[in-house]
Amino acid sequence: MTVLDKTATTEPTTNAATVEFRGLRREFGPTVALDGLDLTVRPGELLALLGPSGCGKTTALRMLAGFEHPDAGEVLVDGEDVTRVPAHRRDAGMVFQSYSLFPHLDALDNVAFGLRMRKVRTAERRSRAAELLELVGLADKGARFPHQLSGGQQQRVALARALALRPRVLLLDEPLSALDAKVRLTLREEIRRLQQELGITTLFVTHDQEEALSMADRVAVMQAGRLEQCAAPAELYGRPATAFVAEFVGTTSRIPGHLDGGTVEVLGRRLPVDGRIPAATEVDVLVRPEAVRVRAEDGGDARVVATSFLGAAVRVTVRLADGTEVKADLPAHEAAELTAGAAVGLSLPDRPVLVAERTS
Amino acid sequence: MARLNLWRWGVLGLAGLYFLVPLAASVVFTVDVPGQGVTFDAYSRIFSTAGFGSSLLLSLELAVATIAVVLLLMVPAMVALRLGAPRLRPVVEVVCSLPLVVPPIAFVAGIGTVLKWGPEHLSRTPLFQTFVAIQNPDFPVVLVLAYVVMALPFVYRALDAGLRSVDVATLVEAARSCGAGWPQALVRAVLPNLRGALLNASFLTLALVLGEFTVAQLLGFQPFAVWIVNVSGSQAQLSVAVSVLSLLVTWLLLLVLAGFGGRTRPTSRG
Ligand SMILES: Nc1ncnc2c1ncn2[C@@H]1O[C@H](COP(=O)(O)OP(=O)(O)OP(=O)(O)O)[C@@H](O)[C@H]1O
Ligand SMILES: [Mg+2]
Repeated sequence: MTVLDKTATTEPTTNAATVEFRGLRREFGPTVALDGLDLTVRPGELLALLGPSGCGKTTALRMLAGFEHPDAGEVLVDGEDVTRVPAHRRDAGMVFQSYSLFPHLDALDNVAFGLRMRKVRTAERRSRAAELLELVGLADKGARFPHQLSGGQQQRVALARALALRPRVLLLDEPLSALDAKVRLTLREEIRRLQQELGITTLFVTHDQEEALSMADRVAVMQAGRLEQCAAPAELYGRPATAFVAEFVGTTSRIPGHLDGGTVEVLGRRLPVDGRIPAATEVDVLVRPEAVRVRAEDGGDARVVATSFLGAAVRVTVRLADGTEVKADLPAHEAAELTAGAAVGLSLPDRPVLVAERTS
Repeated sequence: MARLNLWRWGVLGLAGLYFLVPLAASVVFTVDVPGQGVTFDAYSRIFSTAGFGSSLLLSLELAVATIAVVLLLMVPAMVALRLGAPRLRPVVEVVCSLPLVVPPIAFVAGIGTVLKWGPEHLSRTPLFQTFVAIQNPDFPVVLVLAYVVMALPFVYRALDAGLRSVDVATLVEAARSCGAGWPQALVRAVLPNLRGALLNASFLTLALVLGEFTVAQLLGFQPFAVWIVNVSGSQAQLSVAVSVLSLLVTWLLLLVLAGFGGRTRPTSRG
């Protein structure tokens, strides 16, 4: 039987688990939900699974939880294949996207549900559940039923319930998506704090890139059932591995260029190409708005189309002579003279750039 | 507003008259014997009439057995349907509604034929004993089987309404991620949230079994409804007294069931 002592709840898990997806494949009729997903989650880290709707994030998570079974490939926890282990023995706590508390139980009993399944004695169970409720800041709401709790409170209780059995992995499937912006912000900080305190390996599914970048140790970007890139937030943003990642994470503009060997000619200068080099010679160069420099230039053939104030910076949208629109972020004082219609010149810093095949 | 209220009271009064006047008349008829004043003789006679206790008991036993069987059959089936094969739902719905379309007379004729056919063809096999056993007049299993079929449409509807109002799939998955196996997830997470539906289904089945006459009569058994009809042929006052009593009994049972299932949130911490 599980031995429970008072301090155990907040003690970091010493044996955080490693999770590995190997070549996971899953089809639902004609749709391929997972198309050979390979991913490793390191012990104790919070990994965000990010991707557009329908790219297979939930499916991947559910495979780890044991609710979905792969057509091919395997799921390893600490090097052990758990593909055949039924869901209730997986040792994975899960928080669902929809409110999933048991409506007939109050908050305390909801949290204690798992312990009850493990046949933990009543007194122990209740004190541990109360402790967990306290951990998520709901110590006084134990007697409330789910319908008497706000959405944010319900998700907190769900989080406490998921942690009650001290799972080796914590799975969060867009737990914040049904909440309003403010609650979302506080709850995501709280989840992160708890996760770090407990040192529990966590997979966090989201389609909100800001959420992923701000919370996660590493972010895995998925597309159409495959992993595009898995990297720390800064690297993902600064050095996206593919055009998809560049365009999905943060803002990018495409500027037409001419590829020639390992360099690309763009905006009148020649820059080295970073990453994969496409076969075509007519390519688009992908640039972040903060990398684009804009100067007022009377003879310039580019025109400012719009400006929008972002606080510290101003985002200027510029239309090139060939009709391409490019976004650039400038410090507010530099942007003062750039009103709509102003003639400007664009330039890029002398750094390797990411290129992609031209789509239009 | 006042006009509306007036209307309401009017309608309520009319409906009340419609129900209460015959009831009151029946009660008066049974207790007021001309020349003797008020007497409860008719009621006391009921209890001494042969068969009252045994037929009522039989009806109750049949009701309990039917409720148990039909729920054991339908609850897992409908939960499985909801989780595993939602596309089969219309099929099951149609199948469960068939008993509404088939008149009891036709139904019982079919059962009768089978019961007669069975012993003739199976007299040398052990199945013969089965046929005898299910027609045991002390507890006719065949009636339970018939009532289960007849209760299907009501039970289906009651459970379906209940299942619609809860997210069964999520509840089961939440329970399973909390370490509950399949049976536990069903019993601990799904069933408690279907309590209203289970209660409704039991209600309807109870009322059906207590009031069922055709099948029992034609198959030659004597539960409560059949007994009432048999008794009432002979004595007018007694028969009305019995009807009033049966009404009270049914009400009482429904109240008991409601009280039993409707207790506010049982403390489930044990
Ligand atoms: N049970 C199912 N039956 C049929 N198709 C399914 C099923 N589950 C998922 N799919 C399909 O698999 C694909 C991936 O689904 P999944 O739920 O994993 O996406 P997701 O990345 O979580 O999307 P979202 O951000 O919208 O939640 C989708 O095209 C979806 O329609
Ligand atoms: Mg999803």
